[in-house]
Amino acid sequence: MSLYDPTLAMLLAIGIPAIGSLLIALAYRWPNLREAITLLTATALFLNVLSLLQPVLDGARPEIVLLSLLPGLELMLSLEPLGMLFALLASGLWIVNSIYSIGYMRGNNEQHQTGFYVCFAIALGATQMLAMAGNLITLLLAYEVLTFATYPLVTHKRTDVARAGGRTYLGILLFTSIALLLPAIVAVWYLAGTTDFIEGGVLQGKLTPTAATVLFAIFLFGTGKAALMPFHRWLPAAMVAPTPVSALLHAVAVVKAGVFTVTKVAVYTFGLDFLSMTGAAAPMLWVAVFTLLTASLIALTKDNLKARLAYSTVSQLSYIVLGATLATSMGVMGGAFHMVAHALGKITLFFCAGAIYTALHKTEVSQLDGMGRVMPFTFGAFLIASLSIIGLPPTGGTWSKWLLMSGAADAGEMIVLAALAISSLLNIVYLLEIPLRAFLKPTSQPVATGINEAPLLCVAPLCLTALSCILLFFYPQPLLTLLNAWSPS
Amino acid sequence: MSELNFMMQLPALQVVLPLVAAPLCVLLRQPNLVWALALAVATSCLGISLCLAQQVWQTGVISYAIGGWQPPFGIEYRLDELSVFMLAFICLIATLTLLGARQSIEKEIPGDRIHLFYATLLLSLTGLLGIISTGDAFNLFVFLEIASLSTYALVAMGRDRRALLAAFRYLILGTIGGTFILIGVGLLYMMTGTLNMQDMAARLPEVINTTTALAALAFMVIGACLKLALLPMHLWLPNAYTYAPSVASAFLAATSTKVAAYVLIRFLYSVYNLRWANIDIPLNEVLALLAASAMLFASYVATRQIELKRLLAWSSLGQIGYIVLGLSLATTAGLAAGTLHLMNHAIIKAGLFMAVAAVIFQQGGSTLMLADLKGLSQRMPWTTAAIVAGGLGLIGVPMTAGFISKWALLQALMESHAWGYIIVLLISSLLAVVYVWRIIETAYSRGPDTRIGRSEAPLGLQLSIWAFVAMNLYLGLQGSPGMSLVTRAAERLLGMEVSL
Repeated sequence: MSLYDPTLAMLLAIGIPAIGSLLIALAYRWPNLREAITLLTATALFLNVLSLLQPVLDGARPEIVLLSLLPGLELMLSLEPLGMLFALLASGLWIVNSIYSIGYMRGNNEQHQTGFYVCFAIALGATQMLAMAGNLITLLLAYEVLTFATYPLVTHKRTDVARAGGRTYLGILLFTSIALLLPAIVAVWYLAGTTDFIEGGVLQGKLTPTAATVLFAIFLFGTGKAALMPFHRWLPAAMVAPTPVSALLHAVAVVKAGVFTVTKVAVYTFGLDFLSMTGAAAPMLWVAVFTLLTASLIALTKDNLKARLAYSTVSQLSYIVLGATLATSMGVMGGAFHMVAHALGKITLFFCAGAIYTALHKTEVSQLDGMGRVMPFTFGAFLIASLSIIGLPPTGGTWSKWLLMSGAADAGEMIVLAALAISSLLNIVYLLEIPLRAFLKPTSQPVATGINEAPLLCVAPLCLTALSCILLFFYPQPLLTLLNAWSPS
Repeated sequence: MSELNFMMQLPALQVVLPLVAAPLCVLLRQPNLVWALALAVATSCLGISLCLAQQVWQTGVISYAIGGWQPPFGIEYRLDELSVFMLAFICLIATLTLLGARQSIEKEIPGDRIHLFYATLLLSLTGLLGIISTGDAFNLFVFLEIASLSTYALVAMGRDRRALLAAFRYLILGTIGGTFILIGVGLLYMMTGTLNMQDMAARLPEVINTTTALAALAFMVIGACLKLALLPMHLWLPNAYTYAPSVASAFLAATSTKVAAYVLIRFLYSVYNLRWANIDIPLNEVLALLAASAMLFASYVATRQIELKRLLAWSSLGQIGYIVLGLSLATTAGLAAGTLHLMNHAIIKAGLFMAVAAVIFQQGGSTLMLADLKGLSQRMPWTTAAIVAGGLGLIGVPMTAGFISKWALLQALMESHAWGYIIVLLISSLLAVVYVWRIIETAYSRGPDTRIGRSEAPLGLQLSIWAFVAMNLYLGLQGSPGMSLVTRAAERLLGMEVSL
């Protein structure tokens, strides 16, 4: 038996970012060393998480108890395929994002860079803990740490606007988690005597269909990070943060933490059978559909690029929530696939927004006419990522839309099917407008012709993520294998 | 044999020790010497209380007859799980606040009065420990007066002239409270012919529904609630905490209201045994209602404060509501949750007040406006971090002590199907987020002058602050030992079979 086994790897998944954040703080005098530590930490974390993949595919479900808060109330890690997926996604994209951060933060001469990288590392550690949480209480802890660690990043500019944004951010996320999520978790403990994530759920037969419906709704609204309306306002507010934060945290780690929580609760606390039997998820399905369409409509009206992307994220998150609330394994798989597809697509879009800001200092969509000729790589990547978000070939988003639509058809929800189709059309309108303007419209200002891209450290990451959107279309197999390891059927 | 004898005398010793040390302080006069003596006494009391706690944990209730006069005729010291729990944590708080007191007191109190400060603080400690130890109702009143009188003096020593008025107001209301308790005890003596609480409890059932016994209950509960500052009997508290010397605020906030809560528990559960007694008045409901209104109203008022110490004082009033709500449930879980929050909140709040003492030490002035905190994160990063940790504890974020007791309280409320109170608890937590975040946001915003370098408080204060923070986090991570202690204490109070 070797020393380095899966349980140790799980501990390291939290330990590596923690130690990394400490080292980054200590290296505040030497920016190059500091950034090297960030990259090293990110790489080490990714490799460490990757080592867990094979055991999980082989059916291992490593478990470890960290601490006992109260009798029966333990901080516990346990890994299953959905968590594996999320952990890999976040740690992998952290590497790319760190490279991008260096280019962006230096390119824009941002202040307090040490604090920025420290908080980033802590946020990633919390994300790993959330992905591997073995029960609701551990998940809640990681969820709150993630909120607090990202707050300084949102208010990074320390202006009044940033502080107001931070207040909305923290206000909504803390309000929902304390007022709704915490009591919901206490209720589960009270009803089932445990908050552990167990195959098939723990609530079966413990409460009436009406009570289950109410509790499920409290869970979903309580998970503010899933940005279901009306608790979505924090996400546009968080856009005051520097773009790398928006890219990794508010397109991947934080928001996916929200939908991941929703999925975990649906699958391992309620159990899909129990949900479909009682119909407890049905009302929330409609909330998801409503959010999905409304957010797309709002995105249409936004001229600010990051605001438009933020509302697009709100809308796309609801696809994943919708997958969970369909209460079929096909739906959950579609949602999980979309977690990856949307992450790759949206991080690319934010990278592009940041690159445009760094190179041209433009933030509004209407200013982008003709800029495609100035920044061909950036807008090319933007086009590919947009296609993936819309769900068109040859990009990975195609598969998740396909799975979600089959899930909806399986569940016999024809209206949901129609809503998904309409939303795709809306996506086309608000996303494709941007590259089309950039490439086809003549520029209004007399700018110097010729290519003027952002620094290489900004452009390379976004090309890489755009490329992986395409790769995901041609090679979805590894991801599907992992999802099949989860699916009972 | 002699060692055994010494161990047998511990219950009396820990009350006598500070009592004897207090006049010694006045004789010694030299500030540093007096401080060292006070710290040594508090530490010894802590050691003694831990010994006692271990004894009780292993062998059950300790009964000690003062002067060899056997109860119920003589005065009995009676230590059960609840008493030793309270003793240990009060001594701990005394030790840790004294640890950080030296420099802060030197700065806030004129040199010729420093020895008086420590003397009164030790007298106050005597009173508090006596209240907890005694099993005799009249003796309890005597200790209550010792504790209260010395507390008035402590408050009056504040640098701000308004401290005098605050102390006077406290004196008036505190004396009314004390008198009410005395009247209650007198009435009960009339009905039962005994002052020993154990004995009273045995004789009460025969006369429980007479007007006199009910009036006695009412007097005692109201008296205790006045000392406890349960809304609407809270008027003395905000000013007293705001204008007292900073270290005194920390000590009082963490001990005196907590011991008053202990008195309430004793009256309700050890004397009247509220769970089984068939009493015609809806006492529990009234207490729960008052607690709920404190949780909402006081927390709301806290969000509107512009003075830091006053904000913390109002927050305490809200948190007292949590404690009383737990007690009023009259279930093991509720009583345990209330008792646990008693300790957890005391530790969190003492840490916060010590952090305020550190800031006042560095910035001068007698009060600290919230706006004065601007740029604190640059000037005193460690103290700011400690304030954040304490603030998160007040909110009840996981991994802090506040979370454990709030979790226990939520659980107890669900068990009693008190859904309305759950909502109150959640709203109050949200209000806590608001007032805590106002502090944190100001501390992390840019200061008026960014050129001021770092200037942390002296080591003693830092040690004290971080000891409280460490306790806060430790109790948040390891809730089980505390929980099993208070559960056993609750079982004993409710007269159940105690699981040893």
